[in-house]
Amino acid sequence: MIEVVRSGLSTTVQDRGRPGLAAVGVPHSGAVDPQLAAQCNRIVGNPPDAAVLETAGGLQIRAVTAVTVASDLEPVARSLAAGQQLTVPVGGRQWHYLAVRGGIVVEPVLGSRSTDTLSGLGPPPLAEGDRVPVGDEPNDAPSGEVAPVRPSAAEARIGPGPRLDWFAESTLETLRRTPWTVTTTSRVGVRLGGVRLERVRLGELPSEGLVRGAIQVPPDGDPIMMLADHPTTGGYPVVAVVEIADVTIVAQTPVGGIVRFV
Amino acid sequence: MRVLPMGRNAVLVDDLTVSPAVWAAAAVDRLGPQVIELVPAATTVLIVVDDPGRLDAVIDAARAVDPTRLAGGSELGPTFEIPVSYDGPDVADVAAATGLTADEVVDLHAAAVYRVEFCGFAPGFAYLSGLPAALHVSRRSTPRTRVPAGSVAIAAGYSAVYPTSSPGGWHLIGRTEMTMFDPSRSPPALLAPGMPVRFVPA
Repeated sequence: MIEVVRSGLSTTVQDRGRPGLAAVGVPHSGAVDPQLAAQCNRIVGNPPDAAVLETAGGLQIRAVTAVTVASDLEPVARSLAAGQQLTVPVGGRQWHYLAVRGGIVVEPVLGSRSTDTLSGLGPPPLAEGDRVPVGDEPNDAPSGEVAPVRPSAAEARIGPGPRLDWFAESTLETLRRTPWTVTTTSRVGVRLGGVRLERVRLGELPSEGLVRGAIQVPPDGDPIMMLADHPTTGGYPVVAVVEIADVTIVAQTPVGGIVRFV
Repeated sequence: MRVLPMGRNAVLVDDLTVSPAVWAAAAVDRLGPQVIELVPAATTVLIVVDDPGRLDAVIDAARAVDPTRLAGGSELGPTFEIPVSYDGPDVADVAAATGLTADEVVDLHAAAVYRVEFCGFAPGFAYLSGLPAALHVSRRSTPRTRVPAGSVAIAAGYSAVYPTSSPGGWHLIGRTEMTMFDPSRSPPALLAPGMPVRFVPA
Protein backbone atom coordinates (compact mmCIF):
# COMPACT_ATOMS: atom_id res chain seq x y z
CA MET A 1 0.00 0.00 0.00
CA ILE A 2 1.17 3.55 -0.66
CA GLU A 3 -0.01 6.85 0.72
CA VAL A 4 -0.24 10.14 -1.12
CA VAL A 5 1.77 12.78 0.73
CA ARG A 6 1.29 15.44 -1.93
CA SER A 7 -0.97 14.85 -4.91
CA GLY A 8 0.80 17.28 -7.21
CA LEU A 9 -0.72 18.26 -10.52
CA SER A 10 -3.48 16.12 -11.98
CA THR A 11 -2.56 12.77 -10.47
CA THR A 12 -4.88 9.91 -11.36
CA VAL A 13 -4.92 6.14 -11.63
CA GLN A 14 -4.76 4.95 -15.22
CA ASP A 15 -4.73 1.71 -17.15
CA ARG A 16 -5.89 0.88 -20.68
CA GLY A 17 -9.22 2.66 -20.18
CA ARG A 18 -12.71 1.74 -21.41
CA PRO A 19 -12.61 0.91 -25.11
CA GLY A 20 -15.77 -0.16 -26.94
CA LEU A 21 -18.32 1.98 -25.07
CA ALA A 22 -18.26 5.16 -27.15
CA ALA A 23 -21.73 4.40 -28.59
CA VAL A 24 -23.23 4.88 -25.11
CA GLY A 25 -21.27 8.04 -24.44
CA VAL A 26 -18.42 6.60 -22.35
CA PRO A 27 -15.01 8.14 -23.14
CA HIS A 28 -12.14 5.75 -23.84
CA SER A 29 -9.94 7.31 -21.12
CA GLY A 30 -6.79 5.40 -20.08
CA ALA A 31 -3.16 6.52 -19.88
CA VAL A 32 -2.29 9.50 -22.06
CA ASP A 33 0.99 7.75 -22.97
CA PRO A 34 0.18 4.04 -22.81
CA GLN A 35 3.59 2.93 -24.11
CA LEU A 36 5.41 4.83 -21.38
CA ALA A 37 3.08 3.43 -18.74
CA ALA A 38 3.67 -0.09 -20.08
CA GLN A 39 7.44 0.44 -19.98
CA CYS A 40 7.30 1.41 -16.30
CA ASN A 41 5.15 -1.65 -15.62
CA ARG A 42 7.65 -3.93 -17.34
CA ILE A 43 10.51 -2.58 -15.26
CA VAL A 44 8.77 -3.60 -12.03
CA GLY A 45 7.67 -6.94 -13.49
CA ASN A 46 3.98 -6.03 -13.88
CA PRO A 47 1.84 -7.02 -16.86
CA PRO A 48 1.87 -4.00 -19.24
CA ASP A 49 -1.77 -3.15 -18.54
CA ALA A 50 -1.49 -2.96 -14.76
CA ALA A 51 -2.90 0.28 -13.35
CA VAL A 52 -0.30 2.96 -12.65
CA LEU A 53 -0.24 6.48 -11.31
CA GLU A 54 -0.19 9.18 -13.96
CA THR A 55 0.85 12.65 -12.91
CA ALA A 56 1.73 16.00 -14.40
CA GLY A 57 4.29 16.21 -11.60
CA GLY A 58 4.70 17.16 -7.98
CA LEU A 59 3.50 13.77 -6.74
CA GLN A 60 4.98 12.63 -3.46
CA ILE A 61 4.18 9.19 -2.07
CA ARG A 62 5.11 7.23 1.01
CA ALA A 63 5.34 3.45 1.12
CA VAL A 64 2.99 2.22 3.86
CA THR A 65 4.28 -1.31 3.29
CA ALA A 66 7.49 -2.08 1.40
CA VAL A 67 6.94 -1.66 -2.34
CA THR A 68 8.95 -1.73 -5.56
CA VAL A 69 8.39 1.18 -7.93
CA ALA A 70 9.64 2.66 -11.19
CA SER A 71 8.93 5.99 -12.79
CA ASP A 72 9.68 7.23 -16.29
CA LEU A 73 12.11 9.78 -14.82
CA GLU A 74 14.35 7.13 -13.30
CA PRO A 75 13.54 3.92 -15.13
CA VAL A 76 15.01 1.38 -12.74
CA ALA A 77 13.16 -0.72 -10.19
CA ARG A 78 13.48 0.92 -6.78
CA SER A 79 12.63 -0.69 -3.48
CA LEU A 80 10.97 1.52 -0.93
CA ALA A 81 10.96 0.30 2.67
CA ALA A 82 7.89 1.06 4.75
CA GLY A 83 7.96 4.76 5.54
CA GLN A 84 10.23 5.70 2.66
CA GLN A 85 9.11 8.45 0.33
CA LEU A 86 9.49 9.17 -3.35
CA THR A 87 8.78 12.26 -5.43
CA VAL A 88 7.90 12.54 -9.11
CA PRO A 89 8.76 16.17 -9.89
CA VAL A 90 7.37 18.45 -12.60
CA GLY A 91 9.59 18.78 -15.62
CA GLY A 92 10.57 17.28 -18.93
CA ARG A 93 7.59 15.56 -20.44
CA GLN A 94 4.07 16.64 -19.53
CA TRP A 95 2.84 13.29 -18.14
CA HIS A 96 4.84 11.04 -15.85
CA TYR A 97 4.14 7.50 -14.74
CA LEU A 98 4.79 5.69 -11.51
CA ALA A 99 4.35 1.94 -11.63
CA VAL A 100 4.17 -0.07 -8.43
CA ARG A 101 4.99 -3.78 -8.45
CA GLY A 102 1.66 -5.58 -8.06
CA GLY A 103 -0.25 -2.79 -9.77
CA ILE A 104 -2.64 -0.23 -8.33
CA VAL A 105 -5.73 -2.22 -7.39
CA VAL A 106 -8.50 0.28 -6.67
CA GLU A 107 -11.99 -0.93 -7.53
CA PRO A 108 -12.51 -1.05 -11.33
CA VAL A 109 -15.48 0.70 -12.92
CA LEU A 110 -16.72 -0.71 -16.24
CA GLY A 111 -13.68 -2.97 -16.33
CA SER A 112 -11.08 -0.23 -15.84
CA ARG A 113 -9.35 1.55 -12.99
CA SER A 114 -8.85 4.69 -15.06
CA THR A 115 -10.03 8.08 -13.83
CA ASP A 116 -12.09 9.71 -16.56
CA THR A 117 -11.81 13.42 -15.89
CA LEU A 118 -14.57 14.27 -18.38
CA SER A 119 -17.39 11.95 -17.35
CA GLY A 120 -16.26 11.38 -13.76
CA LEU A 121 -16.22 7.60 -14.11
CA GLY A 122 -13.63 5.67 -12.19
CA PRO A 123 -11.80 6.60 -8.99
CA PRO A 124 -11.55 10.31 -8.12
CA PRO A 125 -8.23 12.10 -8.76
CA LEU A 126 -5.75 11.42 -5.98
CA ALA A 127 -5.67 13.74 -2.99
CA GLU A 128 -3.38 14.22 -0.04
CA GLY A 129 -3.79 11.44 2.49
CA ASP A 130 -5.26 8.92 0.07
CA ARG A 131 -4.17 5.34 0.72
CA VAL A 132 -3.80 3.48 -2.53
CA PRO A 133 -3.91 -0.34 -2.45
CA VAL A 134 -1.26 -2.31 -4.30
CA GLY A 135 -1.80 -5.82 -5.66
CA ASP A 136 -0.02 -9.10 -5.03
CA GLU A 137 3.43 -9.94 -6.34
CA PRO A 138 3.25 -10.69 -10.06
CA ASN A 139 4.99 -13.72 -11.54
CA ASP A 140 7.70 -11.84 -13.41
CA ALA A 141 10.74 -10.51 -11.61
CA PRO A 142 11.51 -6.80 -11.96
CA SER A 143 13.41 -6.21 -15.16
CA GLY A 144 17.14 -5.85 -14.71
CA GLU A 145 17.59 -3.79 -17.85
CA VAL A 146 17.09 -0.09 -17.89
CA ALA A 147 14.44 0.78 -20.45
CA PRO A 148 15.73 3.44 -22.83
CA VAL A 149 14.03 6.78 -22.57
CA ARG A 150 12.43 7.17 -25.98
CA PRO A 151 13.75 10.24 -27.74
CA SER A 152 10.80 12.42 -28.52
CA ALA A 153 10.61 12.85 -32.27
CA ALA A 154 10.43 16.44 -33.35
CA GLU A 155 7.37 16.20 -35.57
CA ALA A 156 3.95 14.58 -35.50
CA ARG A 157 2.49 13.19 -38.70
CA ILE A 158 -1.01 14.34 -39.63
CA GLY A 159 -3.56 13.27 -42.22
CA PRO A 160 -6.71 14.97 -43.49
CA GLY A 161 -9.72 15.06 -41.18
CA PRO A 162 -13.35 14.50 -42.18
CA ARG A 163 -14.15 18.23 -42.36
CA LEU A 164 -11.02 19.51 -44.08
CA ASP A 165 -13.31 21.00 -46.72
CA TRP A 166 -14.74 23.35 -44.09
CA PHE A 167 -11.37 25.13 -44.12
CA ALA A 168 -9.37 27.21 -46.57
CA GLU A 169 -7.61 25.19 -49.24
CA SER A 170 -4.08 25.53 -47.94
CA THR A 171 -4.95 24.59 -44.33
CA LEU A 172 -3.02 21.29 -44.19
CA GLU A 173 0.02 23.20 -45.41
CA THR A 174 -0.58 25.85 -42.76
CA LEU A 175 -0.77 23.12 -40.12
CA ARG A 176 2.55 21.70 -41.33
CA ARG A 177 4.31 25.02 -41.76
CA THR A 178 3.42 26.62 -38.44
CA PRO A 179 5.39 26.11 -35.22
CA TRP A 180 2.51 25.55 -32.76
CA THR A 181 2.73 26.47 -29.12
CA VAL A 182 0.93 24.38 -26.53
CA THR A 183 -1.30 26.91 -24.76
CA THR A 184 -3.34 24.60 -22.51
CA THR A 185 -3.19 20.89 -21.89
CA SER A 186 -5.29 18.36 -20.00
CA ARG A 187 -6.30 14.72 -20.25
CA VAL A 188 -9.16 15.86 -22.48
CA GLY A 189 -7.18 17.75 -25.10
CA VAL A 190 -4.19 19.86 -26.06
CA ARG A 191 -4.85 23.36 -27.30
CA LEU A 192 -2.44 24.95 -29.76
CA GLY A 193 -1.73 28.56 -30.60
CA GLY A 194 0.02 29.93 -33.65
CA VAL A 195 -2.26 30.78 -36.53
CA ARG A 196 -6.04 31.08 -36.55
CA LEU A 197 -7.30 28.43 -38.95
CA GLU A 198 -9.74 30.03 -41.33
CA ARG A 199 -13.08 28.38 -42.07
CA VAL A 200 -14.71 28.71 -45.47
CA ARG A 201 -17.89 26.99 -44.35
CA LEU A 202 -19.75 28.63 -41.52
CA GLY A 203 -22.72 27.43 -39.53
CA GLU A 204 -23.00 24.63 -37.01
CA LEU A 205 -21.88 21.08 -37.50
CA PRO A 206 -24.20 18.46 -35.97
CA SER A 207 -22.22 16.51 -33.36
CA GLU A 208 -20.22 13.61 -34.72
CA GLY A 209 -17.90 10.91 -33.40
CA LEU A 210 -14.33 11.78 -32.41
CA VAL A 211 -11.09 9.85 -31.99
CA ARG A 212 -7.92 10.39 -29.99
CA GLY A 213 -5.61 12.52 -32.13
CA ALA A 214 -8.43 14.31 -33.99
CA ILE A 215 -7.75 18.04 -34.29
CA GLN A 216 -10.95 20.05 -33.75
CA VAL A 217 -11.19 23.73 -34.54
CA PRO A 218 -13.66 25.85 -32.54
CA PRO A 219 -14.89 29.17 -33.96
CA ASP A 220 -11.92 31.05 -32.46
CA GLY A 221 -9.61 29.17 -34.84
CA ASP A 222 -7.20 27.61 -32.30
CA PRO A 223 -6.76 23.87 -32.96
CA ILE A 224 -7.41 21.38 -30.15
CA MET A 225 -6.08 17.81 -30.36
CA MET A 226 -8.28 15.21 -28.65
CA LEU A 227 -6.69 13.08 -25.93
CA ALA A 228 -7.58 10.21 -23.63
CA ASP A 229 -10.69 11.70 -21.98
CA HIS A 230 -12.04 13.34 -25.14
CA PRO A 231 -15.84 13.47 -25.49
CA THR A 232 -17.32 10.74 -27.65
CA THR A 233 -18.98 13.26 -29.96
CA GLY A 234 -18.39 16.92 -30.73
CA GLY A 235 -19.71 19.70 -32.92
CA TYR A 236 -16.48 21.43 -33.96
CA PRO A 237 -15.12 20.41 -37.37
CA VAL A 238 -12.12 18.08 -37.36
CA VAL A 239 -9.56 19.46 -39.81
CA ALA A 240 -6.85 16.81 -39.44
CA VAL A 241 -5.97 13.69 -37.45
CA VAL A 242 -2.59 13.04 -35.85
CA GLU A 243 -1.04 9.64 -36.63
CA ILE A 244 -1.79 7.26 -33.74
CA ALA A 245 1.86 6.63 -32.88
CA ASP A 246 2.59 10.37 -32.84
CA VAL A 247 -0.24 11.54 -30.56
CA THR A 248 2.09 11.33 -27.56
CA ILE A 249 4.60 13.67 -29.25
CA VAL A 250 1.94 16.37 -28.92
CA ALA A 251 0.49 15.10 -25.61
CA GLN A 252 3.88 15.04 -23.88
CA THR A 253 4.82 18.60 -24.89
CA PRO A 254 4.32 20.85 -21.86
CA VAL A 255 2.58 24.23 -21.94
CA GLY A 256 4.79 26.71 -23.76
CA GLY A 257 6.51 23.99 -25.76
CA ILE A 258 6.55 23.86 -29.54
CA VAL A 259 4.83 21.23 -31.66
CA ARG A 260 5.41 20.74 -35.36
CA PHE A 261 3.34 18.71 -37.79
CA VAL A 262 4.42 16.95 -40.96
CA MET B 1 -23.09 7.65 -48.50
CA ARG B 2 -19.66 9.24 -48.25
CA VAL B 3 -16.69 7.80 -46.38
CA LEU B 4 -14.57 10.54 -44.80
CA PRO B 5 -11.05 10.10 -43.38
CA MET B 6 -10.48 9.98 -39.61
CA GLY B 7 -6.91 8.75 -39.24
CA ARG B 8 -5.49 5.40 -40.24
CA ASN B 9 -7.81 3.25 -38.13
CA ALA B 10 -11.14 5.04 -38.45
CA VAL B 11 -13.57 6.58 -40.94
CA LEU B 12 -16.63 8.76 -40.66
CA VAL B 13 -19.61 7.67 -42.74
CA ASP B 14 -21.72 10.64 -43.86
CA ASP B 15 -24.65 11.42 -46.18
CA LEU B 16 -26.65 8.38 -45.19
CA THR B 17 -30.15 7.91 -46.56
CA VAL B 18 -31.42 6.56 -43.25
CA SER B 19 -30.95 7.48 -39.60
CA PRO B 20 -27.37 6.74 -38.51
CA ALA B 21 -28.69 4.58 -35.66
CA VAL B 22 -30.62 2.44 -38.14
CA TRP B 23 -27.61 2.20 -40.44
CA ALA B 24 -25.38 1.18 -37.54
CA ALA B 25 -27.87 -1.49 -36.46
CA ALA B 26 -27.85 -2.89 -40.00
CA ALA B 27 -24.04 -2.63 -40.21
CA VAL B 28 -22.98 -4.16 -36.92
CA ASP B 29 -23.16 -7.80 -38.07
CA ARG B 30 -21.61 -7.08 -41.44
CA LEU B 31 -18.51 -5.08 -40.60
CA GLY B 32 -16.65 -7.79 -38.72
CA PRO B 33 -15.02 -8.27 -35.30
CA GLN B 34 -12.16 -5.88 -36.12
CA VAL B 35 -14.53 -2.97 -35.49
CA ILE B 36 -13.92 -1.76 -31.94
CA GLU B 37 -16.21 1.28 -31.98
CA LEU B 38 -19.35 1.95 -34.01
CA VAL B 39 -20.63 5.38 -33.00
CA PRO B 40 -23.73 6.82 -34.63
CA ALA B 41 -24.26 10.54 -34.15
CA ALA B 42 -26.69 13.13 -35.49
CA THR B 43 -25.92 12.55 -39.18
CA THR B 44 -22.85 10.29 -39.27
CA VAL B 45 -21.45 6.99 -38.06
CA LEU B 46 -17.88 6.70 -36.81
CA ILE B 47 -16.21 3.34 -37.42
CA VAL B 48 -12.98 2.53 -35.56
CA VAL B 49 -10.96 -0.65 -36.23
CA ASP B 50 -8.31 -2.31 -34.12
CA ASP B 51 -5.78 -2.68 -36.93
CA PRO B 52 -5.20 -0.07 -39.67
CA GLY B 53 -4.51 -2.94 -42.10
CA ARG B 54 -8.18 -3.96 -41.84
CA LEU B 55 -9.66 -0.54 -42.54
CA ASP B 56 -10.03 -0.98 -46.31
CA ALA B 57 -11.92 -4.25 -45.93
CA VAL B 58 -14.23 -2.63 -43.37
CA ILE B 59 -14.89 0.31 -45.71
CA ASP B 60 -15.84 -2.13 -48.49
CA ALA B 61 -18.21 -3.90 -46.11
CA ALA B 62 -19.67 -0.55 -45.02
CA ARG B 63 -20.44 0.41 -48.61
CA ALA B 64 -22.35 -2.85 -49.02
CA VAL B 65 -24.57 -2.36 -45.96
CA ASP B 66 -28.25 -2.31 -46.86
CA PRO B 67 -30.26 -0.64 -44.13
CA THR B 68 -33.58 -0.91 -45.94
CA ARG B 69 -34.28 -4.27 -44.36
CA LEU B 70 -34.46 -2.46 -41.03
CA ALA B 71 -36.62 0.39 -42.28
CA GLY B 72 -39.71 -1.33 -40.88
CA GLY B 73 -38.32 -0.96 -37.39
CA SER B 74 -39.32 -4.34 -35.97
CA GLU B 75 -35.75 -5.62 -36.06
CA LEU B 76 -34.60 -2.84 -33.80
CA GLY B 77 -35.93 -4.66 -30.79
CA PRO B 78 -38.82 -4.31 -28.36
CA THR B 79 -39.96 -0.85 -27.26
CA PHE B 80 -38.28 0.24 -24.06
CA GLU B 81 -40.74 1.87 -21.64
CA ILE B 82 -39.72 4.61 -19.26
CA PRO B 83 -42.13 5.47 -16.43
CA VAL B 84 -42.37 9.24 -15.95
CA SER B 85 -43.94 11.65 -13.50
CA TYR B 86 -44.78 14.63 -15.68
CA ASP B 87 -44.19 17.24 -13.01
CA GLY B 88 -41.13 18.97 -14.42
CA PRO B 89 -40.45 22.66 -13.67
CA ASP B 90 -40.57 23.69 -17.34
CA VAL B 91 -43.95 22.26 -18.43
CA ALA B 92 -45.59 25.67 -18.11
CA ASP B 93 -42.80 27.35 -20.10
CA VAL B 94 -43.09 24.79 -22.88
CA ALA B 95 -46.87 25.27 -22.91
CA ALA B 96 -46.46 29.02 -23.21
CA ALA B 97 -43.82 28.72 -25.94
CA THR B 98 -45.89 26.29 -28.01
CA GLY B 99 -49.39 27.66 -27.43
CA LEU B 100 -50.51 24.35 -25.93
CA THR B 101 -51.97 23.67 -22.50
CA ALA B 102 -49.82 21.88 -19.93
CA ASP B 103 -51.97 18.75 -20.32
CA GLU B 104 -51.53 18.84 -24.08
CA VAL B 105 -47.74 19.08 -23.70
CA VAL B 106 -47.74 16.00 -21.49
CA ASP B 107 -50.21 14.03 -23.64
CA LEU B 108 -48.29 14.77 -26.83
CA HIS B 109 -44.95 13.77 -25.29
CA ALA B 110 -46.35 10.54 -23.82
CA ALA B 111 -48.16 9.53 -27.01
CA ALA B 112 -45.07 9.52 -29.22
CA VAL B 113 -42.84 6.59 -30.08
CA TYR B 114 -39.18 7.61 -29.92
CA ARG B 115 -35.96 6.07 -31.18
CA VAL B 116 -32.49 6.37 -29.67
CA GLU B 117 -30.48 8.14 -32.34
CA PHE B 118 -27.16 8.45 -30.55
CA CYS B 119 -25.52 9.00 -27.18
CA GLY B 120 -23.15 11.76 -26.18
CA PHE B 121 -22.64 14.63 -23.71
CA ALA B 122 -22.45 12.16 -20.79
CA PRO B 123 -22.43 8.37 -20.37
CA GLY B 124 -25.93 7.08 -21.03
CA PHE B 125 -27.32 10.41 -22.31
CA ALA B 126 -29.40 9.28 -25.28
CA TYR B 127 -30.79 11.68 -27.89
CA LEU B 128 -34.28 10.46 -28.80
CA SER B 129 -35.89 11.35 -32.13
CA GLY B 130 -39.65 11.24 -32.62
CA LEU B 131 -40.59 14.28 -30.58
CA PRO B 132 -43.84 15.68 -32.04
CA ALA B 133 -43.25 18.81 -34.13
CA ALA B 134 -45.60 20.83 -31.91
CA LEU B 135 -43.10 20.33 -29.05
CA HIS B 136 -40.00 21.50 -30.90
CA VAL B 137 -38.55 24.27 -28.74
CA SER B 138 -35.03 25.68 -28.55
CA ARG B 139 -32.79 25.09 -25.57
CA ARG B 140 -33.38 27.29 -22.53
CA SER B 141 -31.68 30.66 -22.87
CA THR B 142 -30.10 30.10 -19.46
CA PRO B 143 -28.99 26.55 -18.74
CA ARG B 144 -29.26 25.17 -15.23
CA THR B 145 -26.04 24.46 -13.38
CA ARG B 146 -27.62 21.35 -11.96
CA VAL B 147 -30.37 19.17 -13.37
CA PRO B 148 -31.71 16.35 -11.14
CA ALA B 149 -30.74 12.83 -12.22
CA GLY B 150 -33.60 11.16 -14.07
CA SER B 151 -34.99 14.41 -15.47
CA VAL B 152 -36.97 13.92 -18.66
CA ALA B 153 -36.26 16.77 -21.03
CA ILE B 154 -36.89 18.17 -24.49
CA ALA B 155 -34.99 20.59 -26.74
CA ALA B 156 -33.97 21.12 -30.35
CA GLY B 157 -36.27 18.41 -31.67
CA TYR B 158 -35.03 15.72 -29.30
CA SER B 159 -36.14 14.24 -26.01
CA ALA B 160 -33.75 12.78 -23.45
CA VAL B 161 -33.36 11.60 -19.87
CA TYR B 162 -30.46 13.06 -17.89
CA PRO B 163 -28.70 9.98 -16.46
CA THR B 164 -26.95 11.84 -13.66
CA SER B 165 -27.16 15.21 -12.08
CA SER B 166 -25.28 17.52 -14.43
CA PRO B 167 -25.54 20.98 -15.95
CA GLY B 168 -28.32 21.10 -18.52
CA GLY B 169 -29.95 23.49 -20.95
CA TRP B 170 -32.99 21.45 -21.96
CA HIS B 171 -36.59 21.96 -20.78
CA LEU B 172 -37.44 19.65 -17.90
CA ILE B 173 -40.94 18.25 -18.24
CA GLY B 174 -40.80 15.26 -15.91
CA ARG B 175 -38.74 12.77 -13.98
CA THR B 176 -38.15 9.03 -13.93
CA GLU B 177 -36.93 6.86 -11.07
CA MET B 178 -35.20 4.54 -13.53
CA THR B 179 -31.41 4.48 -13.33
CA MET B 180 -30.50 5.13 -16.95
CA PHE B 181 -26.77 4.51 -16.49
CA ASP B 182 -25.20 2.27 -13.87
CA PRO B 183 -21.55 1.35 -14.35
CA SER B 184 -21.92 -1.73 -12.17
CA ARG B 185 -24.64 -3.12 -14.46
CA SER B 186 -24.04 -5.07 -17.67
CA PRO B 187 -24.75 -3.37 -20.03
CA PRO B 188 -24.36 -0.14 -18.09
CA ALA B 189 -26.72 1.95 -20.23
CA LEU B 190 -30.42 1.13 -20.53
CA LEU B 191 -30.66 2.98 -23.86
CA ALA B 192 -28.51 2.23 -26.86
CA PRO B 193 -28.70 3.56 -30.44
CA GLY B 194 -31.57 2.15 -32.48
CA MET B 195 -33.85 1.23 -29.56
CA PRO B 196 -37.52 2.26 -29.77
CA VAL B 197 -38.65 4.07 -26.61
CA ARG B 198 -41.92 5.19 -25.05
CA PHE B 199 -42.64 7.27 -21.99
CA VAL B 200 -45.39 5.97 -19.72
CA PRO B 201 -47.06 8.41 -17.31
CA ALA B 202 -46.59 7.00 -13.82
